[in-house]
Amino acid sequence: MKSKQLKFLIGSVAILTALAYFGYQGFNESMSYFQTVPELYASGDKAYNRTSLKVQGEVVKGSIRRDGQATVFAIGPKDFKAPSNFAPGPQTQTLMVRYIGSDALPDTFRDYASAIVTGHLRKDGTFEGTFIQAQCASKYQRENAAEVKKTAAKE
Amino acid sequence: MAQVGQFSLALAFIVALYSIVASVIGIRTRNDKLIASGRNAAIANCFAVSAAIFSLAYLFITNDFTIAYVAAHSSIDLPLHFKISSVWGGQEGSLLFWAWILTVYSALCVFQNRNKHRSMMPYVTAVLMATSIFFTAMHLFVVNPFKLGGVQLPGGAVRLFHPADGDGLNPLLQDTLMVIHPPMLYTGLVGFAIPYAFCIAALITRQLGDTWIRTTRRWTMIAWGILAVGILLGGNWAYHELGWGGYWAWDPVENASLMPWLIGTAYLHSVMVQEKKGMLKIWNVVLVVAAYTMSIFGTTLTRSGLVDSVHAFAKSDIGGYFMAFIIVTLSGALYLILDRLPYLKADSQMGSVVSRESSFLFNNLVLLVACFAILWGTMFPVLSEWYNGDKITVGAPFFNRVNVPIAIFLLFLTGVGPLLAWRKASTNSLKRNFMLPAILGLGSGVPLYLFGVRHFYAWLSLVMCVFVGVTIIREFYKGAQARAYGTGERFHEAIVNLTLRNTRRYGGYIIHFGFVLLFVGWSGQAFSEKFRLPDSKIGSHFQVHQYDLRVEDMGVRQGPNYAAQYADVSLYEYGKKKAIMKPEWRRYGGRDQQGTTEVAILSTLKTDIYLVFQGSTDGVSGDFTIYYNPLVMWVWIGGAILGFGTVIALLPNRQSTGRKSQRVHVKEGEEIEQAAT
Repeated sequence: MKSKQLKFLIGSVAILTALAYFGYQGFNESMSYFQTVPELYASGDKAYNRTSLKVQGEVVKGSIRRDGQATVFAIGPKDFKAPSNFAPGPQTQTLMVRYIGSDALPDTFRDYASAIVTGHLRKDGTFEGTFIQAQCASKYQRENAAEVKKTAAKE
Repeated sequence: MAQVGQFSLALAFIVALYSIVASVIGIRTRNDKLIASGRNAAIANCFAVSAAIFSLAYLFITNDFTIAYVAAHSSIDLPLHFKISSVWGGQEGSLLFWAWILTVYSALCVFQNRNKHRSMMPYVTAVLMATSIFFTAMHLFVVNPFKLGGVQLPGGAVRLFHPADGDGLNPLLQDTLMVIHPPMLYTGLVGFAIPYAFCIAALITRQLGDTWIRTTRRWTMIAWGILAVGILLGGNWAYHELGWGGYWAWDPVENASLMPWLIGTAYLHSVMVQEKKGMLKIWNVVLVVAAYTMSIFGTTLTRSGLVDSVHAFAKSDIGGYFMAFIIVTLSGALYLILDRLPYLKADSQMGSVVSRESSFLFNNLVLLVACFAILWGTMFPVLSEWYNGDKITVGAPFFNRVNVPIAIFLLFLTGVGPLLAWRKASTNSLKRNFMLPAILGLGSGVPLYLFGVRHFYAWLSLVMCVFVGVTIIREFYKGAQARAYGTGERFHEAIVNLTLRNTRRYGGYIIHFGFVLLFVGWSGQAFSEKFRLPDSKIGSHFQVHQYDLRVEDMGVRQGPNYAAQYADVSLYEYGKKKAIMKPEWRRYGGRDQQGTTEVAILSTLKTDIYLVFQGSTDGVSGDFTIYYNPLVMWVWIGGAILGFGTVIALLPNRQSTGRKSQRVHVKEGEEIEQAAT
């Protein structure tokens, strides 16, 4: 190999190694497990040990309330109808979330929104969230459809 | 109208099919009439798809809610320009819009080249029409924007459903920028189809010399510039609309648009090496194919629900079709490349490590690494799930750790590359070209440090900005001075003429300067601060650096299609009143009771004060968040200059005018740079 090519090779390898190292650092800093609520429950005790989790679920209608500086709500399966004595837990595949992050809640966060909460699972089974992303609910199409089905059935 | 649209799509499909057959048979049998017919069919294809999209726009304007897509994305009270932008506000319409831009590009391209590249063009037409067929077929059979609204009843029958009013457009998208941003983004992304078509045609015809490179460079430049501005407009929208104080979050949707852009950037640079030195031929072919693949892949990524994004595009089953399309286009290209390898041999050898070509080589290397890292980070949840069932996401720190050093290294190359000689730069020329910029750059580092720029990357980036900025300004200065001396023009005239006589080179410098300003803006991010102020009442005030904010009033007002809680907040700088900021928290009416924040931003060249009002629950006290964002404005200014530079670079060189044409005397070493253009 000519010395010129060798120089290029050394230069490129040095750059790539440095970047790979930075990438590795950044990966460790920001990796988190992404799970739906049922997947979270299915992972059992492991869930308590993972320092960063992202859990996705639909915000249960009527569950959002303020508790001092925190916002408490439940996420669960799509179109989940909470019974009167609703307590989130594995039986209903719903999860109680206590959000204490420094960011304001996103505009899209509301009933039926698909939310992704970053945080960790506490021993008491509530999820402590530090960051929330919410996706617009596509519920309206479904609601429309339900209405039409209803009226069609009546006729 | 829906039938017109539907029929146009079917017509487009047939016409495109005919265009392919006519073009390919025409070139094989050397039948010029057939080739011309194939070309005309490609133009007809554009008219047909245009008819389809205009019918869709008509359906939106006339509030035809029998059409499911219209009912889902518009409403009667929506202002006209938002009704039009709703055309591309959802899955079906945005795909149709995409197809439309493709056919417009195709028609322009085949028309412009109707008398050029005779043996290559029929294949270009065929490749473009094959792409068009894919999209029209998607509309005809998978995601039809003209479908009537209806519901499948339990019995299996479909009951048509005609709502009195539509669901409306998501309030977050009711923003003027959202009228411009998506079309620009699509125009940028789709633009890579033209270089790809030329590349395939060049491979098929084995004409892998300069022709296809020269033609595609301009098309790539157009796509690249529009995409860059489109991405930045998206950032600007996110910044003033979403209320989280930033403009870039490494969301998969953002990444999807950035990846083809990075590859396009690499191509625009490496193409110069091929033009000048006849090297990197294989590499350029690969880059063109990769840029196109990434732009289609990006479209797939954001619409298929493959990765989770906060972006509101519906998940749908189009992913499989797109993946199949990618596999076909990619494997076809790879086969052709491998088969034509002997025609892609380099004409000359690599120069020294300190040379123009080597700076391009490193530029390409890190751009590709950046693209790969972004792809890796974006796809990691999918990859890790395949690997061991755990879906693992990575966040902004990963992307930043890799890309910030890459970006700063690229900035460095921006300053160095254009001034290095091809083959090998002499020590003398290095001294002559870089002594002053290096001294000024490093010299600025001391006051920067003393004024509190202690964040390493931000400091390095700003020092580089000075270094690169000086090299660029000096290029203009030296060139204009020489020209003014040679022609007797005045200095400012000389600058203009210099640029217009050599648009590619000086347009490139202007683009580079735009990037310098972008880096100034990005560096400011290191000093962003956030303050959260819950339960503030009228009369509350808070201090943010030299600014003092005071809540003057809070209340409720009624907008055209929303109800707003507002706050009036006075902003004082060093005790002097600067502005009254009016952030709002709005709740839109209709079925979609979505609340949105309307942020108030006071932008100066120095810093942005970004005020978010989250509304009040009791009518007395409200929650505020303040972001202190230094230098953000430079991002938008840099973006504007970048766009301007792209336009300049695309202008044809002005030939010598009435004035006596005199050769500008150039010193040895600079002559080589002239040759670069």
